[in-house]
Amino acid sequence: MNNKMANTDDQSQQQPDSKKSSDMAQYLSFTLGDEEYGVDILRVQEIRSWEPVSRIPNVPAYEKGVVNLRGAIVPIIDLRERFNLGHSHYTPLTVVVVLQAFIGSKPRVMGVVVDSVSNVIDIEKTRIQSAPDFGAKVSTEFINGLASFNERMVMLLDVNKLLKLEGVDNDEN
Amino acid sequence: MASILAVDDSASMRQMVSFTLKGAGYDVVEAVDGVDALNKAKSKKFDCVVTDVNMPNKDGIALIKDLRALPDYKFVPMLMLTTESGTDKKQQGKEAGATGWIVKPFNPDQLLKTIQKVLG
Amino acid sequence: MSIDMAQFHQIFFEESFEGLDIMESGLLNLDMGDVDAETINTIFRAAHSIKGGSGTFGFSAVADFTHAMETLLDEMRDGRRKVTQPAVNVLLGSVDCLREMLTAIQDEKILDEAKVTEHKKALDTELNGGDNTALPSVQPTQPIAFENENAGWRIAFSPHTDLLKTGNDPVRMFRELAELGQIDITVDLQGVPGLYELDPEECHLSWQITVHGDIPRSEVDDIFDWVEEHCDLAVQDIKQTTQASSPVFDEPPQTAAIETTPPSSATNPPIVSESGQSEKINADKTPSAGKSSASIRVDTAKIDTLINMVGELVITQSMLSLIGEHFDLNKLDQLKNGLAQLERHTRELQESVMNIRMLPISFVFSRFPRLVHDLSSKLGKKIELQLIGEHTEVDKTVVELISDPLVHLVRNSLDHGIETPDERIAAGKQETGTVTLEAYHRGGNIVIEVSDDGRGLDKDKLRAKALEKGLIQDDAVLSDKQTFELIFMPGFSTAEQLTDVSGRGVGMDVVKRNIQSLGGNIDIVSQLGTGSTMAIYLPLTLAILDGQSVAVGDETYIIPLGSIIESINVTERMINRVAGKGETFRLRQEYLPIIRMHEIFSVPNAKATKLTEGLLVVVEGQGIRCGLFVDDLLTQQQVVVKSLEANYRHVEGISGATILGDGSVALILDIPGLVRLSNH
Repeated sequence: MNNKMANTDDQSQQQPDSKKSSDMAQYLSFTLGDEEYGVDILRVQEIRSWEPVSRIPNVPAYEKGVVNLRGAIVPIIDLRERFNLGHSHYTPLTVVVVLQAFIGSKPRVMGVVVDSVSNVIDIEKTRIQSAPDFGAKVSTEFINGLASFNERMVMLLDVNKLLKLEGVDNDEN
Repeated sequence: MASILAVDDSASMRQMVSFTLKGAGYDVVEAVDGVDALNKAKSKKFDCVVTDVNMPNKDGIALIKDLRALPDYKFVPMLMLTTESGTDKKQQGKEAGATGWIVKPFNPDQLLKTIQKVLG
Repeated sequence: MSIDMAQFHQIFFEESFEGLDIMESGLLNLDMGDVDAETINTIFRAAHSIKGGSGTFGFSAVADFTHAMETLLDEMRDGRRKVTQPAVNVLLGSVDCLREMLTAIQDEKILDEAKVTEHKKALDTELNGGDNTALPSVQPTQPIAFENENAGWRIAFSPHTDLLKTGNDPVRMFRELAELGQIDITVDLQGVPGLYELDPEECHLSWQITVHGDIPRSEVDDIFDWVEEHCDLAVQDIKQTTQASSPVFDEPPQTAAIETTPPSSATNPPIVSESGQSEKINADKTPSAGKSSASIRVDTAKIDTLINMVGELVITQSMLSLIGEHFDLNKLDQLKNGLAQLERHTRELQESVMNIRMLPISFVFSRFPRLVHDLSSKLGKKIELQLIGEHTEVDKTVVELISDPLVHLVRNSLDHGIETPDERIAAGKQETGTVTLEAYHRGGNIVIEVSDDGRGLDKDKLRAKALEKGLIQDDAVLSDKQTFELIFMPGFSTAEQLTDVSGRGVGMDVVKRNIQSLGGNIDIVSQLGTGSTMAIYLPLTLAILDGQSVAVGDETYIIPLGSIIESINVTERMINRVAGKGETFRLRQEYLPIIRMHEIFSVPNAKATKLTEGLLVVVEGQGIRCGLFVDDLLTQQQVVVKSLEANYRHVEGISGATILGDGSVALILDIPGLVRLSNH
């Protein structure tokens, strides 16, 4: 069942035409440097301010550590570092977006560090363009599509892919 | 609304009986065997007793016999839930003072109909 | 009224599986010579409940199957049938079959029809042949044929005086007759005695009722079904003018609709049934294993305790908030008391909650009587199983995970430990061997022992075998303990030939590994010729552990207290540096490797980087000892173990995480993992 949810979600993002029930999708947009990204609002569990993490030894540097989220141990990932956009400087104003995804059928909760959260935006599904090959900074593997909102370009992220861990989850699936 | 004592050592049957009767607006108290039922019957007078036959500690037939001996339960309808299709158990039940029986397997409708029958 | 019966299915399955366990252990306990009536009765009741429930909840195949078992058991219960070993074996086989049927239904899997049919046949064969003196002559209920049209019935109804005392009321019957068609009633007062003799609790009236309409006779009979013993009843077709028919109550009672098919198959060829001997020796799929672990049955007393405790907690909380509302320093003592109370209650609450997860080890032990029963006959050995300490409580997770290793050990004892009767007699032992399963608490551990009075482990043989397999060197000096432990080495098997009982390609090394993965250990004591004992040591619970927190730089790690041997300050001369092989230190006679925590975990800001400045915590895991170099020891405390993998990943050297008092997360060290890590 969980599996199904994950699949339909993927489809709705990749083939916007296939879903007729609603033409609009809501995204939470945030910034990293001077770029703007969006994640499906339904995948956002909560937004928290940065708090110190417990470091985990011998893992990739962008996996900053774990925190206690109401009794659950939840990893925190630095998106700037994940996207090779340089280092963040953490302040109490730094924002952590807690996201939920399904890896296979298993739910996974993870926090991602972003510069700041900008808005909840409505995007017409038909207006979402497939991601071109940037060839540049951001690895396109996490990008599901592009949309423009108020003249700005927003890169829509695939949360399921974003929350996959190197060396843990297979790339297929 | 009439109150009914439902006695069965099988939790699923007990819940089914109780759920069905409660759904029809009856007041239902559950008991897990004859001993439990007898204690509960003594503390409160029920308008009807529905009991399984095969139970540990005190079976349904002994329960009916004991209940009939109580002044409060002289005329109270008492129904046995029985899978015994042979006449044996029914005979014993009748001798003990059972009003009638409902043969398992039964569905909620049959149960309700029978209860409504004896409670008038 | 429509009621969703599916809501009762789960509980039906649960109680049915329980019932099957009861039947199984009851059947195994039957002594052919001296059959205990209550045991048979208990087995019968369990079958009866399953049949009733399965019929009601719409699992007709199960009801049908159970019906045959029930009939067999009913006859045994009434003494109409002797209890024989073949019959018991057929019943045991049927229990297995039924369990599979129910599991299949529960998991919505396809049922193995052929297997069911085979077991059903075996049951029927037993029913029809078997040792019964007389089958109850089941009167086939004959639907009474009437001509199509009938105008109605004339009923003479004379209740006996005691009718009311069955809770029946004539008015009910009139009401029901009225539902069938138009009725005319006349009452006959002749039987009513004078006022003096009149007992108001007796019924002295009789009635003549005519019900008009095209009504099947059976519907009329149904109405009087309950009271036929308590009245004189005559029912006559209105159209028939012949003389009054014989009283109706001679006719067989009308229960046809519910009658389950009588045991069929006098025609079935008798099947020489192996099924009683149960091909299912394969205990890997015996009952409790793999069944849904989502729910847990809890003694209500435990819940009551919990509720009491929460009550206390609420009181304390309201007291504290009262103090807080108008706080001044005078109330400091009150505050301190309140906080102490709060702490006590929280701790008690924690203990009680943990207690809920505790189950008696009998959940595991209960599968063994069957296993021993089946295996001993298969092996041609006489074996008695003793269970001791079945009420010892263990964490639910431990119960679930210890089952398979134990099965393996018991099988080993039966197969390799206990000798054949001839061998035993030749050795001057009793013909019947004994295997004992014992559980008890010791310290923070639960100990489970599997012992037998069999042939014991032969040290010379073990050694020869290990040499042959190249597991040890020719000149290896081994203590007794070390020799015994050879059997835990991968690729070692003491059996001269693999039997289908304990072979199966899973070795003792797997058993040991499984036990260690539960945080436990296993020990062997054995005496050649007199027997062996395997003792499994397990933590009481996997959810909480006693930990020692240590500081490394700014970070805190937890070392399981159970794995700590001691903590020492090392001096320069204890340290030995081997080029390319890292550092070791001498502890008494041994040289142990040093694992520098700050290096292996790349901890910044470590306070101690020279070995003499910090502390070495000597730990042991999976038989390997080493010294963990840390900055300092902090506190000892019980920690609640949380999974790191639930949302994240497995990290080598870390077994889990816990939440400290300040809400931050600390990692729990996995000693064997650290050793592996440091070897890379």
